[in-house]
Amino acid sequence: MSGENTGPSGARSVVPDVRSSAGGAGEPLDELYREVVLDHHRRPRGREPLARVDASARGFNPVCGDEVEVRVAVEGERLAGVQVTGRGCAICTASGSMLAEATAGLGMPAVHRLAEGFRDVLHGRAVPPDVDLGDLEALRGVARFAVRVKCAMLPWVTLEDALRSHATGTAAGVASTEEEAP
Amino acid sequence: MAEGCTGVQAGTGAGAGGFDARALRERFPILGRMVNGHRLVYLDNAATTQKPAAVLEALERFYRLSNANVHRGVHTLAEEATSAYEACRRRVARFVGAADPRQVVITRNATEALNLVARGWGSRLGPGDEVLVTEMEHHSNLVPWIMLARERGVTLRHVPVTESGELDLAACGRLLGPRTRIVAVAAMSNVLGTINPLSEIAEMARRVGAVVVVDGAQAVPHLPLDLAATGADFLAFSAHKAYGPTGVGFLVGGLERLEEVEPVWGGGEMIREVHLDRATWNDLPHRLEAGTPNIADAAAFPAALDVLEELGMDEVRAHERALVTYTLERLASLGALRIHGPLDPERRGGLVSFSDPDIHPHDLAQVLDSLGIAVRAGHHCAQPLMRRLGEPATVRASFGVYNDRDDVDALVDGLRAARRYFGS
Repeated sequence: MSGENTGPSGARSVVPDVRSSAGGAGEPLDELYREVVLDHHRRPRGREPLARVDASARGFNPVCGDEVEVRVAVEGERLAGVQVTGRGCAICTASGSMLAEATAGLGMPAVHRLAEGFRDVLHGRAVPPDVDLGDLEALRGVARFAVRVKCAMLPWVTLEDALRSHATGTAAGVASTEEEAP
Repeated sequence: MAEGCTGVQAGTGAGAGGFDARALRERFPILGRMVNGHRLVYLDNAATTQKPAAVLEALERFYRLSNANVHRGVHTLAEEATSAYEACRRRVARFVGAADPRQVVITRNATEALNLVARGWGSRLGPGDEVLVTEMEHHSNLVPWIMLARERGVTLRHVPVTESGELDLAACGRLLGPRTRIVAVAAMSNVLGTINPLSEIAEMARRVGAVVVVDGAQAVPHLPLDLAATGADFLAFSAHKAYGPTGVGFLVGGLERLEEVEPVWGGGEMIREVHLDRATWNDLPHRLEAGTPNIADAAAFPAALDVLEELGMDEVRAHERALVTYTLERLASLGALRIHGPLDPERRGGLVSFSDPDIHPHDLAQVLDSLGIAVRAGHHCAQPLMRRLGEPATVRASFGVYNDRDDVDALVDGLRAARRYFGS
């Protein structure tokens, strides 16, 4: 499915297809942007406002200027609701969308285990067997693109900041992906 | 365009440069490599340029034949090393029209050159003094002044950027006053590509007695630039953005002004006489170059200037202007892209920053990389300007002498591919 176009120079060129199925060089790209990831990017979940906000935090990725805001509703030891907003790349947006889906309703220990498990995936480490990554598994390809690991982690460090602020009763600062180990 | 008063000459002739960019690629070995199965299309020249074989050979020749420390030996190698290092200084002086090689201080990079002025000349400033910088500066021409303001209580003022991505000269005039001691401005914006009217700004600065510091990192390798015509008191730029090695930069200035710069680094080479408790300083430029410099990389840089002088800077400018004209046309044909900076190719250098409303710059750059196309996505070390543009980041394609229309076509095809990939 190659489109053709004619530039002002009159030179004909063919739009390359970067999908690996087209025989292009898309294989590593497809591993980064799995269909599940693109779906979360196009229709991000967890954007709806919460009925009650118990804590929130802002996160910033200085590499690209991306910003997210995470708001949480906490009931006892349970994360009752999560809202993720902001603007970011496809990886950041998909990761935030998956975060909202995967963590809402979990107990706090499970939320932290999931965050650690996801961090393990992105750094190419083994994930503990009791952690079910679900859709987040689709972001495994990010591990091969060092600079994009921070994109995927941005919503997570921001969530951790919001939960820390809730647990300690202190106001959240601005979470930064720079604190992520390389 | 009033060439005479810009200091930066935009060159003449609307056509492509009088050289064959594709043939020139043969002289840059890295451009022969494949990236992700595609010919490398290198469009990140504003970050750093690729190096011609002549530079690589000069670097190796230095270490194979002449390696020694400079200025301190009577043996043959020391003599050769000193002569190669000083030859770099002479070539750079000639390249920017400085009459005396002592006007050239060799630093690590343009950033270090700007910090040297901020610390070494800025040390004479204090509360009540003002430094005027612009909203479009690279962090390297912002942060040293922020540090100076913090340390010495100097007030920072900022020339705003207009909607078309140019400096607001009327505002600049209003911001200048008897308290203004320094005006720091880029010759060309690394994000917008805007070529700033240096001599006009320098003239305004001179009327209030302010010193003009020019960040020439983007301009020197891409435009004919003459130190005197710019009206700059200090001009900073780097070798690695001018097809030379990394690790070498330059601070060029009038001798009188450079004499006023206090040494920032103490050590070998910068002294005349040292006692246990006191020391006197060496003459320019050595006074400002403490310790063993980056001899080999400096020795290799003239081979890069050979290429630029062989092509001719007027031709280089004409070539890149033609490429930018073509790029702006082709990007416009894609539709919906937001192009940053002046749309008139006469007023901008060889780079184009843009934003796609539906695709994040990182994602665009990632798809382009899968096609072997190297562009930059990010804030380009100009966060205040990004805020002004209302974009967290942009994609930037920046040209060098070896780029041609094929590279622009590859970029545009890559952008189409990205749109299809992300389904927008």
